[in-house]
Parts: sequence; structure tokens; C-alpha cells
Amino acid sequence: MLDKLAFSGVRFSYGDQPILQHFDLRVGKGEFISLIGPSGIGKSTLFQLIAGLLQPQAGTITVDGTPVANRLGMVGYMPQRDALFPWRNVVDNAALPLEIQGVPKKQAQADVRAQLSRYGLADWADAYPGELSGGMRQRVSFLRALLFGTDIMLLDEPFSSLDGITRMEMQEWLMAMWQQTGSTMLMITHDIDEAILLADRVIVLTGRPIEKPVELAVSLERPRTTAFRNRTEFLTLREQVWELLRQNAATQARPMQRPGRSGGMRNG
Amino acid sequence: MDRWNRSVWFGISIALFLIVWEAVCRLLHVPPFILPPPSAVVVSLWDLRAVLLGLHLWVTLKEVLLGLGVSILFGILLAFAMNMSRLVERLVYPYIVISQTIPIIALSPVFILWFGYDLTGKIAITILFTFFPIVVNTYDGLRSTDPEMLQLLRTMGANRWQIFSKLQLPSSLPHFFSGLKVAATYSVAGATIGEWLGSSEGLGYFGRRASGNFQAPALFASVLLLSVLGMLLFWLVGQVEKRLAPHKRTKRQTSKGQ
Repeated sequence: MLDKLAFSGVRFSYGDQPILQHFDLRVGKGEFISLIGPSGIGKSTLFQLIAGLLQPQAGTITVDGTPVANRLGMVGYMPQRDALFPWRNVVDNAALPLEIQGVPKKQAQADVRAQLSRYGLADWADAYPGELSGGMRQRVSFLRALLFGTDIMLLDEPFSSLDGITRMEMQEWLMAMWQQTGSTMLMITHDIDEAILLADRVIVLTGRPIEKPVELAVSLERPRTTAFRNRTEFLTLREQVWELLRQNAATQARPMQRPGRSGGMRNG
Repeated sequence: MDRWNRSVWFGISIALFLIVWEAVCRLLHVPPFILPPPSAVVVSLWDLRAVLLGLHLWVTLKEVLLGLGVSILFGILLAFAMNMSRLVERLVYPYIVISQTIPIIALSPVFILWFGYDLTGKIAITILFTFFPIVVNTYDGLRSTDPEMLQLLRTMGANRWQIFSKLQLPSSLPHFFSGLKVAATYSVAGATIGEWLGSSEGLGYFGRRASGNFQAPALFASVLLLSVLGMLLFWLVGQVEKRLAPHKRTKRQTSKGQ
């Protein structure tokens, strides 16, 4: 199978602070990958590399099998806080990537309006972000990422700002969306349950620099519901992930890291 | 309903203020050339309506609008230039910061000297008062874009112009308007000072002459008109802002959280 996205031997550092070293990652077409790791380890750097905001200092990043230097506009991005523009209504927010690509405004708006009902936003087309609930805002943000028109999507802790109930609703919703669209999705999360529930593979990012990420395949069948959290396989996986993160925290803590960028011990 | 309540209370407080003022003047027999009662000010305003409203108000209004207009135009242009070019920013910004610390009133006589005693001089002083709040606020607004939104636009492959027009410009609008509100009220002060320094017409000139002649009611009448002018300009700026920022106008009460 052809990889949708692949990192091979990627190195990146900020000054003398190495973030990635000999980093390999292969993502198949239509796969859902969760990336989990302690905060401050460089997940955002990884995302910025994928999106094309940063370039690797060594190694290559390939999209659809070919190395691409300018990846800007090739990867749909759903940022951590929804980053909806407060002065644009729902339609205009979702239409933003189309406008950037040069689609005439009228047509972009019509395209968006045609899709809103699928996202439960038909009644909110002309509402401004300030009038929406957290879950609705994330759905608009998701639609906007989808309208980049690419089939790779980066989700950066998409539900971290939502309350627990909305969060579970949105997780099930996202699983449904992933199956409908067939997009390749990479999600950063701090939440072990969320990482396992949604993904085909969970990638645990540990170490400084990140060198050998541990991959865990999630063999639970689809479609899944939030009730899968109680299955034995799920609980075993969860224990594995937690163990990896705990080991990492222990090794990071021993040789006292420089203050300010200590190996984060927090977990979602 | 809340707004209605507010205006009622404001009306009550104004009425109380005027009654107390009138009462103090009458009961303590304050000489009218020291502090005229509000009734005398109103009478004076009525008596002088032809010259105040017909001549002086228009002269001052013209100075204010021309000065403010030039400030808005060049203030925005300079803020854009600083935003586009690092060089312009490095060269100009320190002076703009320093200019904030200079007492502008002290510079006004020099401006009259340079630009003359006619309309140009007054406009120059009005510009001196209104230019900096507009430049500083617009520039700060352009700089204050949300980094996450900027990153999002860049991942979309947006070019510099798109980032400017779709993100920086709209997110700088609230800052621009708060600068403009300050400038609108300063503009009246600027024009007034310009007229004090040398003029033969305008509300500032009229007020100064009235005070020289111990005609306090006439002075207060001109001050009243000047403050009404300032308030109107302030209100007008607010209305324009509401038109350009529709998301601040409507607030449906249906959303939960966030």
C-alpha cells in the first residue's frame, strides 16, 4: 500500500534543543492515527512539519510517495482552540480555505451552505462564532479543515476545550465523519482514552529528542462507540500506553532537565 | 430594557445636576461672571443662536472634520506602511512613541507660527492632536493578530496580501476604532486651542472673547456646543463601528458555554 504521508530520517531542532532525531512515520491512506505524549515534547513541532510551516533539517517528508517541499495548503488543519474568525459568520468561516484557493466568494459560500446540514449547522449559517456552543464551533472548524480539499487532516487536540459530555459526543461524531469522508487523519491528544478509541494506531511519542516512537495497533472493530472503553482489549492498551508514558516520565525526571523545558509529567 | 433603564437614570442624574447647579447659584448669590446658572446659559445660547450656530459652529466643525479626515487618511497609511516594511517601522515607530510623551499643547503655538493664522493653522493643530492616537492604535491592531489564526491561514497557503486582508485588517478594526474615538474627542480640543491662539471666528475664539469680556453665560454656551460636538463625533464613530462589526451587534442567547 502506498503511504499517504511518510517521514523518513527526519531531524529537527530549535537551536541546540533537538526535538526529532532519525524520526520515521508512515501513514497509510485513510488511516486514523493518534499521537500521544507528554506536553512540551514537540508534538506541535511535528504538526508544523507535516503542515509545511517548518522544514526538516535532515531527512524527507513525502506526500503520496513524492517528496514535497511546499506542503502549505496540502494538509487540512484543525487547530487546538477552534481559531474561528469572530467577525465571520459560520458560512464565511468555513469558506475561508476556498477563498484562499481563489474560489469566487459567492461560489465558496454556496458550496459551504450545501454542506452545513450534514454537520447540524444548517440553522446557524449566519450566526457568528460568539453565538455558538463549543461543540458547534468545533464542527465548523472541522468543516473548514475538510474544505482545504485535501485528504490529509491534522487535528490538534481538537476537543481539549470541551466539557466531558460534549467531548464524548464529538468523539463519536468524529468517528462517523472519518468513515464518511475516508480522509487520512492524524490527531494529537493528551487523553489516552480518546487516542485509543478513535485510532487505528496509537503512536506514543517519548524521549528527548523523539527518536523511536512506539506504535500500538488498535484492533477494535468499527464502528466503535464510547462504550468500547470498557472492553478488555481497550483496557490492556490503555495500561500499555500509560506504562510507556510513565517510564518516559521516570527517565526524563532523573537527569534533571534544564528548567523551563523539563520533561512534562502531565497526562490528559 | 436595560438600555432604557440606563437612559432614564442618566436623565435623572442630569436633571439633578442642573437643579443643584441652579440652586447653588441662586441661594449663594454667586456672581454670574464667576458661575452663571444653567438657565442663564440657555438664555444666552438662545440669544446668540444666530451667530453661534450660524457662524462659529460651522467654522469649528469644518476645522475638526478636515483635521480628523487628514489624520485618519495619513494615520492609516503610515500604520500600513509600518506593517508592510520593517525598515519604515524601525525608522518611524520610536518617534511615534516619543511623540506620546510630548505635551502637544506646548507645541501648538509653533504650529500656528508655521502654518499661519488661517484655516490651515487650525487644521494643522487638529492633526497634531488626532494623528498619533490613530497611528498607534491602528498599528498595534495590525500587530495583535491571534498567532493561531495566523498559523491556520499559513497552512492554507495564504499569501501576504490574503493574510493582511482576511486577518490583520479585520482584527485591527476594534483597535482602530478605539483610537478614532479618542481622536474624535481630541479633535474638538485641538480645533479649540487653534482658535484660541489666533482666530477671528469659531467656537474657541468666541469663548475666549466672551471670557475676556466677563460674559460667562456666553462662554458656557460655546463650551456647551463644543462638548455636544465632541459627543456627537464620538457617537458617530461608534455607529460606524457597529456597521462594520456586525458580530458585535447581535448576541443570540441560545448558545451554551464557551
